[in-house]
Amino acid sequence: MSDKITNILLVGVGGQGILLAAEILSETFMLAGFDVKKSEIHGMSQRGGSVVSHVRYGKEVFSPMVPEGEGDILFGFELMESYRYLSLLKPGGTVIVNDLCIAPPAVLLGQEPYPEGLALKIQELCPDCLLVDGQNIAIEAGNARAANTVLLGAVSKRLDVEEKYWLEAIEKMVPKKALAVNLKAFQLGRSLG
Amino acid sequence: MKEILSGNEAIARGAYEAGVKVACAYPGTPSTEILENTIRYQEIDSSWATNEKVALEVGIGASFVGARSLVTMKHVGVNVAADPLFTLSYTGVNGGLLLICADDPELHSSQNEQDSRNYAKFAKIPMLEPADSQECLEFTKLAYEISERHDTPVMLRTTTRISHSKSVVTLGERVAAIAEPKLARNAAKFVMLPGNARGRHYVVEDRITTLSKEGCSMSINRMELRDKKIGVITAGISYQHVREALPEASVLKLGMVFPLPFDLIREFASKVDKLYVVEELDAFIEDQVKAIGIPVTGKEIISLCGELTPGRVRKAFGLPENAQGTVEKLPGRPPNMCPGCPHRGVFYTLKQLNAYVSGDIGCYTLGFMPPLSAMDTCVCMGASIGMATGAAKVLPPEERKKVVAVIGDSTFLHTGINGLMDMVYNKGAATVIILDNRITAMTGRQENPGSGHTLMNEPTNAIDFPMLCQAIGVKNIRTINPLDLDECQRVIAEEMERPETSVIITDKPCVLIKKEGVFTPGKPLAVAEDSCIGCRACLKIGCPAIEWVPSSGKKGQAKIDPLLCNGCDVCRQLCKFSAIQEAK
Repeated sequence: MSDKITNILLVGVGGQGILLAAEILSETFMLAGFDVKKSEIHGMSQRGGSVVSHVRYGKEVFSPMVPEGEGDILFGFELMESYRYLSLLKPGGTVIVNDLCIAPPAVLLGQEPYPEGLALKIQELCPDCLLVDGQNIAIEAGNARAANTVLLGAVSKRLDVEEKYWLEAIEKMVPKKALAVNLKAFQLGRSLG
Repeated sequence: MKEILSGNEAIARGAYEAGVKVACAYPGTPSTEILENTIRYQEIDSSWATNEKVALEVGIGASFVGARSLVTMKHVGVNVAADPLFTLSYTGVNGGLLLICADDPELHSSQNEQDSRNYAKFAKIPMLEPADSQECLEFTKLAYEISERHDTPVMLRTTTRISHSKSVVTLGERVAAIAEPKLARNAAKFVMLPGNARGRHYVVEDRITTLSKEGCSMSINRMELRDKKIGVITAGISYQHVREALPEASVLKLGMVFPLPFDLIREFASKVDKLYVVEELDAFIEDQVKAIGIPVTGKEIISLCGELTPGRVRKAFGLPENAQGTVEKLPGRPPNMCPGCPHRGVFYTLKQLNAYVSGDIGCYTLGFMPPLSAMDTCVCMGASIGMATGAAKVLPPEERKKVVAVIGDSTFLHTGINGLMDMVYNKGAATVIILDNRITAMTGRQENPGSGHTLMNEPTNAIDFPMLCQAIGVKNIRTINPLDLDECQRVIAEEMERPETSVIITDKPCVLIKKEGVFTPGKPLAVAEDSCIGCRACLKIGCPAIEWVPSSGKKGQAKIDPLLCNGCDVCRQLCKFSAIQEAK
């Protein structure tokens, strides 16, 4: 095993299921035999605030936080939050982002506009960017709520971890009744990655 | 067996493996999940106490009769529990006692960023500080050995990045052969009258000296000798950041941060060219190292404020930063009350009445945020009522009427009730609103004595707030539906006029309570496009389900997201044009 540490950042809005996605990633890497660390902030962020989760894996991981500017993959659940945290990514890093806008309070109140053209701006700054229509692909899989798993599938394709570990982690972490839809969503996402 | 556990989950597991019988806490970020995980183990009696002082006293009581006990709280909780803590240091223990104290550098979810290591030194209690989840488990077990071997309570300090980070942990088995609790009378040790306590003070001082020496050979205090040019003394999460930022540096990693192993520190200092301390918040280790005459660099390069990150450590040592240029300024995304939250209408009303709101700690502290902007003070748990008494004492009559204390059910039972007794007893004239949503919501919906259920999910007595206030002597007690804006306006205005103490209790539950039959959402609402004139009245409550759509209608219109709306009806009451109706 090389000494390389892979750094993944999951960013989005509290309530989007980011913590569960980060759990599935961590479980997968542990099953594949890596050292894993994951860090995030609970509490206030549950109330619709901005959320960042750090997941790092490799031979031996020290800090649970991705060093600034060393992210390999930014896994974005929402466009503006993805754009906000681009600085955490290394030059030439990968962005896999859900094509979704969630209005923050100032936009809801009509005080500020939601920034326009974010997908293009992200692509300009990070050429290795995959924009995923998570909601609609999840509907194709059988449930709009499986959008995160579609994204997870796309992310999985960029990482050097055998597919069986991803499936094992999803089976362990996702409730039984939602499993079939999520496995399908994962495969649909994987075919994009 | 290996699992990925958070620091909090690993502490709960460690407590189980250590044979803990009693775990007690008051919820507080980032410590809350410890007790939410001890309930997985039937062998542990886990409970939420009314506050941190009571939690510690429950732990002390169990320890004195021979049980290993675990008490957990956030850093500011230790302020509440400080009274028993300082004397517990004198009595020592019978069964091992471990106090977990979770600090919050960077104030992710707190009102200050006090450094609890000072409590260990102040109360003369040994303190361990783990650097990952595996150490959380192992140090928890070790703490009980130290506690019983040295007849002392032990503190274990985490920080948010330890409590809420996950890493791979190897699990062990629960210890067998721990003596069963039984009555043990030992007045000279457990009755802290001056005659007894005087002698115990010498015991405490000797204990700290002994532990400092013992710390030099403890495996949790270890030298990692690499490049000798730089030597860093560090502990906890800072150790991980140092390893990340300065992989070649020699490190003295401390697992016990009080008392310090001074001989080991001297030895390490003699082996490296230049000595540093890297620690978050106070110069706790640094000052003590300097006090024994060893030159060291610390707070000259590391901030006293906020948490450390690998990047901040790199910067402190003059290494280049990797961060790319940041993007332009974007709209912020602060937290907000949930759609349908029963607090929203109350804060809207208080703003309308131009009340001076003496606030408190909970979800309702978000009433400070625009557009509600209806909170004037927030200091600590339970402070709202005492502070309202103080302000009302000195303000002229017209301004005195504006003083309203706002406090949640759990916070009221935590330490607010003392303030209310004082207000009545001393004839204070202010209005107190108890926002009773049946749960300790901000920390993630923990039960409290008003909920009717225990942490172990057993049905229990639910405190009757009106009866409680009556027993204290409050003459004016009103219960209101906080989702009815007319009722809120009328009742709060009437009570603000009254020149004596009055209590208003709101009676709608938190929308996040999952237990069946407590919260039932209403039907989602929708804005009729042909009726909405774009007056923006409904935006004044700041509901996340209502969005302003500038392109809609003649000058913009409001839109309600049917997936987010809980049908609380508050926005409908604000619409003068009947444009808000049940969604079809």
